[in-house]
Amino acid sequence: MSEPRKTPLYELHVELGGKMVDFAGWMMPVNYEAGVAAEHKQCREKAALFDVSHMGQVELYGKDIAAKLETLCPSSFGKLPIGKARYTFFTNPQGGIMDDLIVAATEDGFFLVVNASMRAQDVAHLKTLDLEVREIDRSLIAIQGPAAEAVVAALVPAAADLKFMETSVFDLLGAECRIARLGYTGEDGYEISLPIERAIEITRKFLEHPDLELAGLGARDSLRLEAGLCLYGNDIDNDTSPVEANLNWAMQKKRRIEGGFPGADRILRELADGPSRKLVGIKPEGRAPARRGVEVADEAGNIIGSVTSGGFGPTYGGPVSMGYVSAEHAAEGTSVNLIIRGKPRPATIIKLPFVAQNYKR
Amino acid sequence: MTTYYTEEHEWLEVEGDTATLGITKHAAEALGEVVFVELQEAGETYDKDDEIGVVESVKAASELFAPLAMEVLEANGALEDNPGMVNEDPEGNAWFYKIKISDPAELENLLDVNAYKALID
Repeated sequence: MSEPRKTPLYELHVELGGKMVDFAGWMMPVNYEAGVAAEHKQCREKAALFDVSHMGQVELYGKDIAAKLETLCPSSFGKLPIGKARYTFFTNPQGGIMDDLIVAATEDGFFLVVNASMRAQDVAHLKTLDLEVREIDRSLIAIQGPAAEAVVAALVPAAADLKFMETSVFDLLGAECRIARLGYTGEDGYEISLPIERAIEITRKFLEHPDLELAGLGARDSLRLEAGLCLYGNDIDNDTSPVEANLNWAMQKKRRIEGGFPGADRILRELADGPSRKLVGIKPEGRAPARRGVEVADEAGNIIGSVTSGGFGPTYGGPVSMGYVSAEHAAEGTSVNLIIRGKPRPATIIKLPFVAQNYKR
Repeated sequence: MTTYYTEEHEWLEVEGDTATLGITKHAAEALGEVVFVELQEAGETYDKDDEIGVVESVKAASELFAPLAMEVLEANGALEDNPGMVNEDPEGNAWFYKIKISDPAELENLLDVNAYKALID
């Protein structure tokens, strides 16, 4: 493996006490001095700033751009208005998920944000289309939490007018920045694409706000887990279909009827007949966290699935897990057992999320 | 009273053939915020290196091992109700067990405070 890369904010993380780890080939802060639980609560209660510069930012240009992208993704882009963003995913020919991403319509094309670990794959995949694919080298920060609007509006007043999943370009201290009102914590918030050479200075300026603190990857993971949001590589991957993962909402009606995307055979069949397994929330009844890989058994002891993400939910105040179970055991309220260190421990299937999402629609 | 340490970052405060056992401040800091502790019951006996409990933090799960052959005399039940104590006072109130040492000769295999300090530096 080559040396992990550093984001434009690396020096700031180190200066501010970030505990740096290699994540998907990038040196990223897992937490700062406050710790995972405090950073998590900061985001739920006030506002937290995350460096997400490791994620890939890609611009797409060309003729019939929506129709071409629809050959890779089961979402509709034809009627996506300028300034609106949409969650989607690339599917493979077997109907599994190659990556999940955000697509936003801009004045002259599309702006995409893809997962750090999938950047190279996704760019190569997009280049199979007859479109111009431009990977852009900018920093990306996420400001998330109920105070995010006040924090961002302190420097960019007009950003307060954006609604959930809307995006536009703003002047931020003289820098041209794309700001989108979205995120992956379950809270209201923004993602801001910054020029690399201004990233540290602008981030510092945001951090002067009394309601904003830095938060690391640890809090980002527990926040998205409580909010029932899938992590690529854990909860969704090349084997899991969007129907199994409860992502039908991201496939607009026309696509669900007409198909015309990779893996449509399986996906349309599962939409009609139901999938054989489903992604569910699993609430352990005791205090023991059930982490990724823990097997799920029915009350008779038969293995019916496994945990794909699990840990402790600081806002929920207890252990939280999600995972796949066979469809007949996926109903809300079903009693199951989690096999933790060889011992069955009672748990209940719940409807995700564990903590209600708090978007500004 | 003598305090011994292990390479697994446990401490053992020995008085005669009994001891109090816990995890070191260094271990508690490395774990991060502890959210779950599971202990065994009084009366159970273990050989050296048997698993005697589990400590989970927001980051990961970590097993606790018997530093030597031992019997559990008392488990600190307060930890199961309030796991955060492990971060607050790992070498004091957040002890895990009072134990009976089966063979005091095994203490020779443990580290003294200087050897432990050298290990974590």
